[in-house]
Amino acid sequence: MLSIKNLQAAVEGKQILNGLNFEVKPGEVHAIMGPNGSGKSTLASVLAGREEYEVSGGSVSFLGTDLLEMSPEDRARAGLFLAFQYPVEIPGVSNANFLKTAVNEIRKARGEEILDSKAFLKLMNEKMKLVEMDKAMTQRSVNEGFSGGEKKRNEIFQMAMLEPKLSILDETDSGLDIDALRIVSNGVNALRTPDRSFIVITHYQRLLDYIVPDFVHVLYKGRIVKSGTKDLALELEEKGYDWIKEEIAVGA
Amino acid sequence: MTTITTSAPSPSAFLQEAEMFAELYGKQQPAFLNLRREAIAAFTKLGIPTGKHEEWKYLNLSGITTAGYRTVSPTDTHALTAKEAEQYRLAGKKSVLVVVENGRLNSAASSMNDLPSGIKIGSLSDFLGQDSVQSHLFQHADFVNEALVAMNTMLCYEPVIILVEKNAKIELPVQLSFVAVPGAESLSIPARVLVVMGDQSECTVIESYHTHGDGAPTFTNAVSEIVVGKGARYFGTKVQAEADTSKNISYHKVNMARDSYQHLTTVTLGGLLVRNNLHIRLDDVNINSYLNGLYVLNGDQVVDNHTLVDHAMPNCYSNELYKGIIDGHATGVFNGKIWVRQDAQKTNAYQSNKNLLLSNEASMNTKPQLEIYADDVKCSHGATTGQLDDEALFYLRARGIGEETARALLNHAFAADVIEQVENEELRASLLQLLEKKLK
Repeated sequence: MLSIKNLQAAVEGKQILNGLNFEVKPGEVHAIMGPNGSGKSTLASVLAGREEYEVSGGSVSFLGTDLLEMSPEDRARAGLFLAFQYPVEIPGVSNANFLKTAVNEIRKARGEEILDSKAFLKLMNEKMKLVEMDKAMTQRSVNEGFSGGEKKRNEIFQMAMLEPKLSILDETDSGLDIDALRIVSNGVNALRTPDRSFIVITHYQRLLDYIVPDFVHVLYKGRIVKSGTKDLALELEEKGYDWIKEEIAVGA
Repeated sequence: MTTITTSAPSPSAFLQEAEMFAELYGKQQPAFLNLRREAIAAFTKLGIPTGKHEEWKYLNLSGITTAGYRTVSPTDTHALTAKEAEQYRLAGKKSVLVVVENGRLNSAASSMNDLPSGIKIGSLSDFLGQDSVQSHLFQHADFVNEALVAMNTMLCYEPVIILVEKNAKIELPVQLSFVAVPGAESLSIPARVLVVMGDQSECTVIESYHTHGDGAPTFTNAVSEIVVGKGARYFGTKVQAEADTSKNISYHKVNMARDSYQHLTTVTLGGLLVRNNLHIRLDDVNINSYLNGLYVLNGDQVVDNHTLVDHAMPNCYSNELYKGIIDGHATGVFNGKIWVRQDAQKTNAYQSNKNLLLSNEASMNTKPQLEIYADDVKCSHGATTGQLDDEALFYLRARGIGEETARALLNHAFAADVIEQVENEELRASLLQLLEKKLK
């Protein structure tokens, strides 16, 4: 589904990703962990198409097409979704109107029929239950005045509405209390199917108790330096990253 | 007071017409002959303001005298039919539509046969000798210091009069649709309105400006005097939707009595050169005044909103919100003055001006001015000018929304909250439609 080869990227002239290789197959859940500044959020931003990030080398293929050539909206229309680490507040645009526009732009791009208000409301009501969202929240401006937990829940709600093929959760667990974490994770788990994939970027093993990954990777200095199963996350939780840094130093 | 430079352009062309008109009106409307003569004297002294005048520095008015504008004449015939006028209706089928074609009431094109009880609408000639007209017309808008008001006062032929009886609550909105019908030569159109609202009365008045058909550019010079009685509630909306070659200078004077309320929204979308002057006088205690404004500009438009909220007495509240989206080579001007006079203790006065610049060539000049002479007041003002939020734009695009749609959505969201505050639902819907069309 996603194939990243030797990806190199910089922001504001600073090289962050240094030849990253990464492969995601349909239905897989990959967790990416790593110390601060290792390039986790940069990877998410590059995949979603943020313009400030400059790709200087390597390739990313998504469902067989060159992802790096696509605009952010075309990536979303092709089935890529980024749950933002810091969701943006958009005063004056209601959540419902925003999502209706998004759902229909995506449907239009895929040559599907546009949803009318009734069909859209039905879909929205169904997906709201997934993240235990109340109706008032859909009428409020996008993320405006939302608590940290509400914002993250809103990200998962959007994900449920747009039904992406590959979702990237960028530190979705940061700032969540245990209840919000449960709600968000339940939402994600409800969306897991044999052909939908997830990349879960996180600092904490805690999230992986709820969203159980197939693979865990350690990103360090812009490269994946270690991969394993969910047990690797437990090991990292216990021992930190120093032992990995040492391994690399020895290897170099 | 700033001295007005009269070197160029010359006002003499208008003066001849004005003298001629004064003779004509003198026979029909003797009561106003003296006021008109005073206006002629004032205009002779003031002249058309030039760019050297501090309050007019962004507007080039020289064209209105040098381009050979002809002032519309009482002998001009009306061209607009009721069917044609329909397209300019903004507040629903049932609303009272008063068509003012080239500055004069076109009764045949209007739909005002079944006026609700408690309101009278007509031309000055229908109201000659009435006290409320006699004591208010030409009395409130300051023609001694405002050249364009003086010009309007000396040239306007048929002021439109609206009288609302004491205690009358007029539910149907009244739309004064000022339709400029251009001809082969450029027309100078004086338009004049007087609204007198009795105590405890209520009404909604929309003043909209349109251009019907093609032709030489028009210049409209409009003056409205709105007298809001004790405890009365006035809901006003000004809509500028003229052709992008039109020039339009308007001056609104709202005089408010004790316990009264007014909510005036100014929406400027059309016109090449537009100046909206608003002067709200809070003349007594316990008055609430809301001024909202929206201007969405592109091309070479120059739009100047000059507002003056004049707090004369204690315990009043005023709030002002102006928002602008400026694209292309357009220029926006906001000059918002709040005066709090010495007697106006316990005044609450707020003002905010927010702008979005969408191109490198667009510009915005904003100048909030607070002049406070009382010591127990709460006042604030703020102005911001910025660009579209890149983060928000990326967020929308990351959800599959195309860049153009995303920009339109954000611009619309920025502008819509001014329109959302318009009380009348049908008017609100029409304004949102006009906004959407302009943002495309």
